[in-house]
Order: sequence, then structure tokens, then C-alpha cells
Amino acid sequence: MISTENVSFHYTAGSNVLQNVNLQIKDGEFVAIMGENGAGKTTLVKMFNGLLKPTVGSVLVDGVNTREKSVAQLSRDVGLIFQNPDHQLFAETVREEVAFSLRNFGFKEDIIQGRITNVLTTLDLDRYEKSSPFVLSGGERKRVALAAVLAWDPKHVVMDEPTIGQDYLQKDHLRNFIVQITSQGKTVVIVTHDVEFVAECKPRVVLLSHGKIIADGPAAEILTNPQTLQQASLVMPQIASLMKNLKDFNPPPNIIDAFSAKAFFSGKLKGRVAAGAPTQRR
Amino acid sequence: MPAIEAKKLSFTYAGGEKPSMENVNLSIEKGEFVILTGPSGCGKTTLCRCLNGLIPNFYSGELKGELVVDGLNVEGRSTAELATHVGFVFQNPENQLFSLSVERDVAFGLENLGVAKEEAIERVRWAMEATGILDLRNKAPYELSGGQQQRAAIAGVLAMRPSVLVLDEPTSFLDPKSAEEIVEIIAKLSRELQLTTLLVEHRLDVVSRYASRVVVMDNGKIALDGTPREVYNDKARLIGIGLPKVTMLFHLLRSDGFQVTNPITVEEASAELRRLLTQ
Repeated sequence: MISTENVSFHYTAGSNVLQNVNLQIKDGEFVAIMGENGAGKTTLVKMFNGLLKPTVGSVLVDGVNTREKSVAQLSRDVGLIFQNPDHQLFAETVREEVAFSLRNFGFKEDIIQGRITNVLTTLDLDRYEKSSPFVLSGGERKRVALAAVLAWDPKHVVMDEPTIGQDYLQKDHLRNFIVQITSQGKTVVIVTHDVEFVAECKPRVVLLSHGKIIADGPAAEILTNPQTLQQASLVMPQIASLMKNLKDFNPPPNIIDAFSAKAFFSGKLKGRVAAGAPTQRR
Repeated sequence: MPAIEAKKLSFTYAGGEKPSMENVNLSIEKGEFVILTGPSGCGKTTLCRCLNGLIPNFYSGELKGELVVDGLNVEGRSTAELATHVGFVFQNPENQLFSLSVERDVAFGLENLGVAKEEAIERVRWAMEATGILDLRNKAPYELSGGQQQRAAIAGVLAMRPSVLVLDEPTSFLDPKSAEEIVEIIAKLSRELQLTTLLVEHRLDVVSRYASRVVVMDNGKIALDGTPREVYNDKARLIGIGLPKVTMLFHLLRSDGFQVTNPITVEEASAELRRLLTQ
């Protein structure tokens, strides 16, 4: 469980980046923190592993105040993957990159090698194990940074903008992967602008704007509310906009993904539109 | 004469086992707005790096074929010379901005080219106006929002008066509202200045409505090339292109057997469904 109690934070006095943030994230939950550029999202998640400490209020990780532990101690439980992978990559090979923190945490060498192989396979990076992280594409470097953190098996995984630079298939893998680790009881928190990715994953969404939580609830509810989306500089997912345009046909509320929309329209179109064999068309 | 013409262009990075780009034939006319997309590692960044000479000047390897940009054969030209013909905008504006004021940042490229002061002042002003950041000229780049920073980066490139603009996922660090604004500015510049625009993008839902053409690369080759409506077909889906979600919905309806069109925007999809549901 990660919880913040009345958390406020400023880098320089007088301009609060976060204001009175109260948030509880349970073990095994999948939460997306969304909001405009500069809303305070990254600042908030940097508190989860103690990189930043609140100016006012407190952050508790599994009941322990982050002020009472070092970042190194907290990192064992809270793995943070930065937005820019180049801020956390430095080793000469992908394999060494992943080994680094495992050695620092004092794992035995045979366990280290097993874990590296495992995590590189899971994230589709095994063919690059001997490559330098810096010859890889931006999306691949992001996955290396993720592998390096997942290898030490933190209880809570926090990813800042994990979908940037990832193509559709990689996003799909990421989504399956998140489902898999949350079902194992891990908490996953992502910071993201990617409304379409969130519309497919349907996590709990926490909307931040100007340092305050302005909405908190299921994705289907938050991403269909034009007022709060506007406030947080987000746009409605395409399917949600489509359903809103066609609300006079009485679709069920809160459809935000293409598969649910298809189920609805398929039913409505039966008998109306020529439905022969599936067509192959351009 | 096309603004960009590649003939049998191939490149293998030094130490690479196979070509990252193979036999690419591509012809883009002046003023076209083209989206370049494809799975990670498909070769789109490699192609872009050739356009302003980063390949082979800064990345070593084996380059084959021919590439003419804005009438110049790229082979043997320096990146500095090409920079006045081909402007580059990167994913993260923070990598492109470094001066203490927006105005100085926008002027940086011109100063390096040794453009006369009066002309430089005029061009900087024009570029800031075109991107809507004139009122921000005395601010430091770090004081700006992500969207404003990206506008400043575009202005810096625009001031060099390139005839080709290459943008590598210029909106991916921006919130969706700012992303929309940036894409609108790019489309407007492209239209009004007849600026040939090559936009590398995964998020097709944001950009499709502005493009006259989409080029899809896969495994180093051009796999599809046409209007968005033509290109967003079953093959594109199999390659792993993230089709706009409304287009995806119509693909799903087709796989259920319904004979429907292939809309690429929410408006088109709404109109088409409304027509089908009331006919």
C-alpha cells in the first residue's frame, strides 16, 4: 500500500507543485496518474520511492514513512522507471545494465544470471543482451530501464510515461505484462498522457491538475467526463467521443474501447447492413 | 522535381548484421504532408537521418543508393549545409533548447550560419510569429510548458528557412491538448509555406486528419504508401500499426461481416454509423 497524507510540495517557496494530495493505492492495484504538462505527476511519483520528500504531509509505503528510510532501502520495494531512460542507463551491455542493481542489492551471482535471462526474455530484449543500451532505439532503451528495475522484483512498480516511443505491438505487450504482474499482487502505477492506452487498459485513473487531484475513479468514468478532461488538458478517447456523438442511439454508458463499441454496434446493425462473409477490403 | 527522392536507398550501421533500411524508393512532392510510421526498429529513424546527412556524416556504416533532397544530392554534403534545406525537430524539445532566452534559441542556427544581423532579427521574429511564441521571446526555455518548448524548437528550425521539415514524434512528450495544437501548427505551416513535411509518428489518431499520405515501413522496407484511408487496411494492422481507434472499430465491424467504409476520424465514423443506423 502506498498512501499520501495531506501532501504538499514546492521546489521554491511560494509555488506549490502539489497541494494537499491524499491518495491511497492498494497492493495489486493498477493506477494511471494523468494530467497536463506540469500538473505535478512526476513530482508525485518521485515521492513514492523517497527521491523527493513532501514539504508538508507524509508519504507511507507499506505503513512506513518515507522520511525514515533511505532511497536505496525504499527502492527495494518501489521500483521507479524514469520518463527518460537515459537518466538511468550507463552500463556497457544490456546484460550488465540489469546486473548492476542486483549486485548492489547483494543477490547471489547464480540468482542474478537467472533473473536477468528471465526478465530479458519477458521484455523481448534477449537478442540485445550483449549490445550497448545506447545503440538501441528509444523504445527499446525504455524497456531496458524497465527490465533493470523489474529484475530485483520490487513490490510496487512505478513507470513514468511508459508508452512514449513504443509502437502498437509493444504497447500491447506492456498492457499484457501489467495485467500479469498486477495479478501476482504487484502494484503498478503509471504516469501517462496516452488516453488511448488508458482507454484500452482501463485502470483506476487519478487526474491531477495544477498540483491537485481533481478526479479519481474508473477509467470509463474519468475519460468520459468532458469538464475534468478539459481542465487537465486531456482529450476524450476516440471511441468515447464517438459514443457521445451517437448518444441518441442509447449506447450503454462508459464505452471507451473499440471492442465494446463493436459489440454494441454489431447488435444494432444486424439486419440493417449487408452482412455476408467477412470482407477483405482495403 | 520532387522535394525528396530516394532511389534504392540502403544503409547498414557499422557492426550491424543486416541493413536497417533496404532498397527504399520514395518520392515526395513539394508541399506534401506525409506521415512516416511503422514498428520500432523498422528503419524510419534511419531514413530520417539520411535526409539531413546525419547518415553517413555522424553514423558510420554502408550507405547505398541515391538520395536527392531539395535538389541536392545528399552524398558528400555536410549536415551544416543540409540544415538550411532540411529542418529537424526531435521528440524531446529539451534536447534542442539550451539558451537563456527563447529568442536567442531561435536565433542560434542563424548565428551559426553567419546570417547578417538585420536579416537574422527579421527571420527570428517571423519564425516566432508563425509558431505563436512572440510574446514568450524573453522567457527562458525552462520556464515554458512542454508545448511552448516544442514551438520554440520548431521556430528555431523554421528560421533557417528549410524547404523540408522532418519531425520525429514531436508530440510524444506533450499532453493531448498541447499535442493537438502542435500538430495544427505544423499542418498550417506546411500548407501556408508549401513546406514539405515528413512527420514520424506512432499516434495516428492525433495526426491522420492532416496528412495527405502515409508511408509505412517494416523491416527496413516500405510496406505501404497511400492516403490514410488506403493505408489503414488489414495489412497495416498485421504489421502492428496503431490504427486510429475509430478505424479499428470499423475493421472489427468488417470482420463481423458488415460491409462498411474505412473512416479515419471520429467525425467520419460518427456520420457513417448514423447513416447506417437510420437508413
